Amino acid sequence: MRELAGTMTGKIAGFLLAGAVVAGLAFSAAAQDGGKGGDAGEQTHDQAWEFPLKEPPLLSWSFAGIFGNYDQAQLQRGFQVYREVCSNCHSLKYIAFRNLAEPGGPGFSDAEVKALAAEYQITAGPNDQGDMFQRPGLPSDHFPSPFPNVEAAAAANGGAAPPDLSLMAKARAAERGPLWTVIDFFSQYQEAGPNYIHALLTGFGEQPPEGLVIPEGTYFNPYFLAGPSLKMPAPLSDGAVTYSDGSPQTIDQYARDVAAFLMWTAEPHLVARKRVGFQVGIFLIVFAGLMYLTKKRVWSEVAH
Amino acid sequence: MEGHSTYQPKSGAAKWLERRLPVIGLMYSSFVTYPTPRNLNYWWTFGAILTFVLVAQIVTGIVLAMHYLSPGSMAFDSIEAIMRDVNYGWLLRYLHSNGASLFFFAVYIHMFRGMYYGSYKEPREVLWILGVLILLLMIATAFMGYVLPWGQMSFWAATVITNLFTAIPLVGGAITQWLWGGFAVDSATLNRFYSLHYLLPFMIAGVVVLHVWALHIVGQNNPLGIDVKSKKDTVAFTPYATIKDMFATALFLILLAWLVFYVPNYMGHPDNYIPADPLKTPAHIVPEWYFLPFYAILRAIPNKLIGVIALFGSIAVLFFLPWLDTSRVRSAVFRPIYRQFFWIFVLVCIGLGYLGSQPPQGAYVIIARILTAYYFLHFLVILPVLGLIERPKRQPPSITEAVLAKSGSAEPAAAEAAS
Repeated sequence: MRELAGTMTGKIAGFLLAGAVVAGLAFSAAAQDGGKGGDAGEQTHDQAWEFPLKEPPLLSWSFAGIFGNYDQAQLQRGFQVYREVCSNCHSLKYIAFRNLAEPGGPGFSDAEVKALAAEYQITAGPNDQGDMFQRPGLPSDHFPSPFPNVEAAAAANGGAAPPDLSLMAKARAAERGPLWTVIDFFSQYQEAGPNYIHALLTGFGEQPPEGLVIPEGTYFNPYFLAGPSLKMPAPLSDGAVTYSDGSPQTIDQYARDVAAFLMWTAEPHLVARKRVGFQVGIFLIVFAGLMYLTKKRVWSEVAH
Repeated sequence: MEGHSTYQPKSGAAKWLERRLPVIGLMYSSFVTYPTPRNLNYWWTFGAILTFVLVAQIVTGIVLAMHYLSPGSMAFDSIEAIMRDVNYGWLLRYLHSNGASLFFFAVYIHMFRGMYYGSYKEPREVLWILGVLILLLMIATAFMGYVLPWGQMSFWAATVITNLFTAIPLVGGAITQWLWGGFAVDSATLNRFYSLHYLLPFMIAGVVVLHVWALHIVGQNNPLGIDVKSKKDTVAFTPYATIKDMFATALFLILLAWLVFYVPNYMGHPDNYIPADPLKTPAHIVPEWYFLPFYAILRAIPNKLIGVIALFGSIAVLFFLPWLDTSRVRSAVFRPIYRQFFWIFVLVCIGLGYLGSQPPQGAYVIIARILTAYYFLHFLVILPVLGLIERPKRQPPSITEAVLAKSGSAEPAAAEAAS
């Protein structure tokens, strides 16, 4: 009897908890319209919108998956887009010219990198007179920033300094919800960053939904994570960059290429990582198999 | 650590050393002849896994420290230098950050195993308490380690957590400034966190030695939760436990490798690739996944001081677990009602973890309050009462009898020889 009573209490407690969760979820669904979008976890009910308004489309990338590899031609095109468009406002400070010739990257030759670096003027010094001076860039130099400091960058861009792009592909990701978060672990989805970059770059020009206030001097983009609009205007237009390899000269293609390039700048050792990972994986599986067989053998004479 | 050693030194040098410092004999009796219950399942391999992870964290951490710079103006850049320019720096860093995640994953399994099989009960109370102490040290270490990359989440996590101390009445403000080494989280804070992040793992290692010592005094618990009654109930640690631990560790390494090589940023937050900016608060400040249940408890309570007390209380209550559980039966195998409450408790912890990752508003707050109340109810009401009213199932007279009844075989002679 006591056991039965105990079992009952256990079941009742279980039901209560399950009920609480279900009731809570129903509440939360209702609260979604009026909740979210708060600052630093504060409760705000005056904001009716939840950002981003749209989830980025999932593209297929050459560097996705266990055998993922960068497409050299794509990285070179992406670099061209960065150089001709993005670099007018955005720095790329963690990348040195020499990186462009390193294995697993865009695959420029050493000579190409040397010539490329020399096209840039780098502030160096001080010299033996104590003066800073300009000199042509060397492969060991990092990409110079388009602005002398953050304040200058902000002043030239309506008060918002354009962020450095080196890590952008790892520093931005749209939330995927609890179910996808679990699936992503097994499906090895690590491309949220490039998907977001591509979506943002192609997402300008849409009409904002009715009732959404777009602040003066900003540009609506339904994919933007932090609000309805950003201070960057649409940076790309069809035909803006001339490709030499015959790839389509469209916003979509530019966005794909520069997103791939920024994945490389964020994770320059991705190819080596996946290759080593495969070797380590094979070793560990064989090792674990041997351990299992040994364990079976050792325990075969003992009932357990 | 287990009684007198049966170790017989063979070589002259070993005999010489053994008379002066019987360290080989100690190792021999602790990790070779040490009797371990023959019915242990794979949940018992997490001790070895955790030892391995601790060593791996210390080794990768020491090498990372050779390249890391702790001034606030250099920290973020030095991490990027490790990722880009240090040979296999990306591997070291991903091993260390994902190793920390799996350290908690393993320690939580280890603790839930202890709860399920009643491993904290007489005579293993001190063993359990030392384990909770290790958890506390791990929490402090992991928190400070997370601050070191000095990204947005690092900075704001440090701000949120150190601000908890301002809730202490009267002296809270002064204590918080003392912790910061200034008037806000800044370079001074980062430097001391780095120093402590390097110190604490060695304290963990020290408490682990005590933990293993205590384990070897009282012996391992087992899935049946009944005492070892004769030598027949046990097998020698080596080769039996050693090979099983090695197999389990190899499986664990496959999981670690998957994380490190294929989803290295899965456990992290994208915002931590943005350099720390004291003027820009991230939309949602969330800790690493392993702190989420505690974070949910903290935020469930509207009063800051009581919230902080609940946060620390949720760990402090674990110290008293051996006395809060009044049942004399250890294993949940023989406690039909406790077994249900155990699984409810596991679900509550997972639920709290999910709520910790969500913004504290609307229904999330209500559920978090219910689950927080249940968390404490489990320890303070359910466990004490259940031990008194529950009628446990009949336990087998000995491990050997239970094992043989299950396998339906006669006792092979080899087992006796082995033990």
